[in-house]
Amino acid sequence: MLLKPAIATGLYPQKTQKEYNVYLSISTTHQPATDLGFLLHKNPSNVHETSLSFGRAVIFYPEATEKKCTASLMLDIDPIDLVRGRKGREGESLLDHYVNDRPYAASSFLSVALARSYREALNGTSKQRQELADTEIPLEATLSPLPCRGREELACRLFEPLGYKLQLESVLLDDNYPEWGKSAYKTLKLKSICKLSDLLTHLYVLIPVLDNQKHYWIGSDEVDKLIEKGGQWLEEHPERDLIATRYLKRGFSARATKKILDERFGITDEPEENPDEEEEKLEKPIRLNDLRYEVVTDTLLKENVRKVVDLGCGEGKLLKRLIQERQFERIVGVEVSPISLERAERRLNLDNMSPTQRDRIDILHGSLVYEDNRLEGFDALTLIEVIEHVDEERLDALERVIFGQAAPPRVLVSTPNREFNVTFENMTPGMLRHVDHRFEWTRAEFQDWANGVCERHGYKVSMIGIGEVHEEYGAPTQMAVFKR
Amino acid sequence: MTDRISIPEYCLVLLIGPSGSGKSSFARKYFKDTEIVSSDDCRAMVCDDDSSLEATSDAFELVHYIAEKRLKARRLTVIDATNVKPEDRRQYVTLAKKYHALVAAFVFFTDEKICHERNLNRPNRDFGPHVVRNHIRSLKRGFKGIQRKEGIKFVHTFDTPEEVDALKTIERSPLWPDKREETGPFDIIGDIHGCAGEAEALLEKLGYTVEFDGEPGLRSYNVTPPKGRRALFLGDLVDRGPRSPDVLRLVKSMIESESALCIMGNHENKLLRKLNGRNVQLTHGLADTVEQFEQQPDGFADEMQKFIDGLISHYVFDNGKLVIAHAGLREDMQNRSSGKVRSFAMYGDTTGEIDDFGLPVRADWAAEYRGRAKVVYGHTPVPEAEWVNGTICIDTGCVFGGKLTALRYPELELVDVPAEKTYYEPVKPLVKEITDQSRDPMAIRLSDVQGKRVVETKHGGRVTINEAHAAGALETMSRFAVDPRWLIYLPPTMSPSETSKEDGWLERPEEAFAYYRGQGVERAICEEKHMGSRAVIVVCKDEVAAKKRFGAHAGSGVIYTRTGRPFFGIEMQEQVLQRVRNALSRAGYWDEFATDWFCLDAEIMPWSAKAQILLERQYAPVAASAKLGLGTAAEALKQANQRGVDVKNLLDATEKRLSKVEEYTDAYRHYIWPVNSIEDLRIAPFHLMAAEGQTFLDQPHPWHMEKLAKLSFDDDPVMMATAWRIVDLGDELAVKDAIAWWEDLTFRGGEGMVVKPEQFVVRCKKGLVQPAVKCRGKEYLRLIYGPDYDTSGHLERLRQRGLGRKRSMAVREFALGAEALQRFVDHQPLARTHEAVFGVLALELEPVDPRL
Repeated sequence: MLLKPAIATGLYPQKTQKEYNVYLSISTTHQPATDLGFLLHKNPSNVHETSLSFGRAVIFYPEATEKKCTASLMLDIDPIDLVRGRKGREGESLLDHYVNDRPYAASSFLSVALARSYREALNGTSKQRQELADTEIPLEATLSPLPCRGREELACRLFEPLGYKLQLESVLLDDNYPEWGKSAYKTLKLKSICKLSDLLTHLYVLIPVLDNQKHYWIGSDEVDKLIEKGGQWLEEHPERDLIATRYLKRGFSARATKKILDERFGITDEPEENPDEEEEKLEKPIRLNDLRYEVVTDTLLKENVRKVVDLGCGEGKLLKRLIQERQFERIVGVEVSPISLERAERRLNLDNMSPTQRDRIDILHGSLVYEDNRLEGFDALTLIEVIEHVDEERLDALERVIFGQAAPPRVLVSTPNREFNVTFENMTPGMLRHVDHRFEWTRAEFQDWANGVCERHGYKVSMIGIGEVHEEYGAPTQMAVFKR
Repeated sequence: MTDRISIPEYCLVLLIGPSGSGKSSFARKYFKDTEIVSSDDCRAMVCDDDSSLEATSDAFELVHYIAEKRLKARRLTVIDATNVKPEDRRQYVTLAKKYHALVAAFVFFTDEKICHERNLNRPNRDFGPHVVRNHIRSLKRGFKGIQRKEGIKFVHTFDTPEEVDALKTIERSPLWPDKREETGPFDIIGDIHGCAGEAEALLEKLGYTVEFDGEPGLRSYNVTPPKGRRALFLGDLVDRGPRSPDVLRLVKSMIESESALCIMGNHENKLLRKLNGRNVQLTHGLADTVEQFEQQPDGFADEMQKFIDGLISHYVFDNGKLVIAHAGLREDMQNRSSGKVRSFAMYGDTTGEIDDFGLPVRADWAAEYRGRAKVVYGHTPVPEAEWVNGTICIDTGCVFGGKLTALRYPELELVDVPAEKTYYEPVKPLVKEITDQSRDPMAIRLSDVQGKRVVETKHGGRVTINEAHAAGALETMSRFAVDPRWLIYLPPTMSPSETSKEDGWLERPEEAFAYYRGQGVERAICEEKHMGSRAVIVVCKDEVAAKKRFGAHAGSGVIYTRTGRPFFGIEMQEQVLQRVRNALSRAGYWDEFATDWFCLDAEIMPWSAKAQILLERQYAPVAASAKLGLGTAAEALKQANQRGVDVKNLLDATEKRLSKVEEYTDAYRHYIWPVNSIEDLRIAPFHLMAAEGQTFLDQPHPWHMEKLAKLSFDDDPVMMATAWRIVDLGDELAVKDAIAWWEDLTFRGGEGMVVKPEQFVVRCKKGLVQPAVKCRGKEYLRLIYGPDYDTSGHLERLRQRGLGRKRSMAVREFALGAEALQRFVDHQPLARTHEAVFGVLALELEPVDPRL
């Protein structure tokens, strides 16, 4: 039943399922501590309930003495209503229904609950204790569970500049299986001497940022909300940009779609870490990526190529470089991932390109292991950092698609030089540069494969190293230029 | 005056005549609207004015375009335009040639005055008399060479309107190769080349009674076929062998008694030219035949000349599902007729090169073949007859000392007799030509899977795959799935039973039984549902078999998930395959099923073996976070309670929820155990899907369970039998028993059970009945719906779930999966198998409540 749970994670708003209860307490030792009740507009002797569209919030005081007073907010999120809440709208696909629906990260629910339950306190007003509301008092907040996926460091970066002392407590994922490690859910404790309204505002903005999940569907009023709540402190916060971009996380639809695909088809990594970035980070000191595109472009120019296809064009970085050269009359990118294609389309701004430029370029959905007659009739095909993403047993299929069927006069194939990996600081032996690399070749292995291709399909090959050459290990990237 | 004209059922019809000569009325009278492509209509289509001269060039492009699409689809097409000049007609003749269509012309020499008058009476035809005059002038000028020069075969002229009116019918006659209504059974016999002895022996082996008269070399025959069967000879009856005249007489007598059909081989074609008195080289064994002809009685050569002249080059049988041609035939040539078709059928495709032995290098048309029809052919001697993309060459080189082979249709069984001796030394050794490309994944084109597709399935009719889902599946298939050569089946999704109305329950067996009872199913099978991961196991007897049947580079089989991804790493996969293979050997199944591969549908446990990441990222965090939040809250509530705040109810509720979280944790812990080696795995196969030559979808489920139970042995815990029982749905007691069985299973932590009709494939009026319905246990559902799904309030709302889409998906995916397997078993092109499997993957992208 591999896929059953996998599917279960796909469309179902899993955040809800995981965090269907949240607990937030606020304490003060400012005396008389029971004045907290006036600040929060909630009588410490009573139980207060606020009903929300996605559940309910209950506020009660576990302790309320002169010395210390604690207000607890218990947020119950109704997992069923979230999925079924908007049933039956005609013409709405389930996808919209589940994913594009309003907030479902618990952390942003908490923000909403805060705003609803503690509205006056959040705004810094108090009917009976306005002076106290304007005073900095010793405050403590406990939030549990907080999803922060091992980002204690980020929590510090967010809260410490605002003067908080913070403490994160974690538990095992499952007591029976300590080998599974610690849970990503922590209990966060914050301590500071500040105005209550400041504490609440900080929580309101920063909790969703910590979670790094999409929080609201972005509407224009979101920006206003952020500015309103963030105000002065946000402007001066060293992580201002991070907070703003995460709070207003854009590009949601593509990401969400990708997630759905990934999850429906099996287990993948959490989407936060962009593996491409990882690879780039490794190679960054030499700006290898840009260099590759320069070498590819130069080679194509020198070889008098006019019509070129970039296979596995990804988000279209090379295409963007190629279109700057007039010599290329026809530039086509082919990519198998619909998500990347969508991004390429945006990155290249195809919709708004001038007609003459637009006529020169196209991006197509296609695959390297299926025969495709659209690849015929070009001067060159390029496979830049692509073949290492194809299973070795299917390279023969790729070979026949490219060298057998399309068979252009020139083919450029680049791939990492495995030997060079030892020079990367952050790599352990045997590790590959990218989680999706199915293999990485030494120079000899690449040469072997290239020779085989030449023999089988009547090409000649020459090898080029790209990047700073290491005496012993060669260049970081190796490129084969096939000619027919 | 003629009242009856016959034209081929597939041809291009040109109407020729000046404006107003009556072409359009004629067309409407004898042809369907959709068969007529009129230049005036096309004018109107492109510019709203059917007489606009400005639109002429675009209108004719459109005429040409439509005509081309129709001819490609093998549809009779009528061009309604003046077509008065040879250059007008030439483009259509060229087009017809491209699609191997004959051209027929109806020419209207209607009087100029009549034409002009007619034009005056029609709107928008107010052009001067010179127009018609010029038309007629052009027509007369070029008409003489219409048949000879322009190559229009059938020409019928009408000189007066009366002649047009006198015509009563235009008959449509089938093309010569068209035997689609004949469905067999057939015995298709390969290249005989004068080996009459072997031909006699083969016919007898096939059950024909062969009576003959006279000495070898001068024999006459009387052959009686087994009831209802017919022999089909693939040509090359003559040359090289010892008794070509006998073979000719044998085949001719069988054709005359309607017990055989024969197509022309290249050797007959050459012999015919010789008999026609043409100067041909007496090479490739023709000299032997000529010499043998000289020994024959008078009149023999004339008789055979006539006989051979009557042979055609290919036949299409069985509603287009079987094609025979001496050297094979591409799909776009089947049941069409042209010189090109004829020469392809007789000589095959060649690259133009000559090999080291002086023979033409053959182009590998079979590797490219994607057709629906099986093509049976000969021409190129091969050591063994083997299927390639639904085509098979059965010339096994009898005259070169090989054997004479027949293929029984529709049984697809090969029958052969060895050559008595080597009659003729082959120019080059009989080795297998490289036609293995068919097995290469390359043989799949993007166009085989991309875009909106409709897949015809045996069990579920036409299944539509929408474009967006196909696009999504392309990435998975290209980047994550196992090699398409191995991917011959994907299992369908499974719907749960209808929601239970009983208090405290979401799913119960009663509804599953009721569903099948409602579909008219009398007996159902209940199978224990293992909580592991679904796996399809394709296992070959050894690596040789894997290479031969699947074209695999390495490995002896494959194990993949529901979505076609590899289940294990390569090393573990081989170990597991070895285990499965051993079990199959011990059960004696390789021999029993006469196969060297099997496809099994199975569950592999523990769940954690494949789903560890899910456990760590999805299931365990639910509990961890709930315990953290609820635990902290419970502590605070206790404090408040002690203070006297009225939170008692809230405290109780919170503690109850905490206990539900514990139950949830217990639920997933059931399915976890460490896997340190293969010994810790449990494999429970529940469908024996297919083996060489057959799928087992025609066998009832008890058969599958019994066969598969024999794969588990006491000394090997890895292969596991599945508990099952048959339930007579009409027997209340039996139903009760089965429910108790389920309750017991799930009480002990089992996931639940799967209920299926006893028969594998069941149809009702509305189409396929659900092939299976799952009925999950109460605790298992906690994992799916969340820890406190069964608390009141929640359960009521959860009951409002719709099963419609899930069930529709299950049925469509089932049809596609079964179709893929069937196509593979039938040796259809890999692309055709892939198309269906790809469809399953694409359908899985349809959004559906994932908890169902």
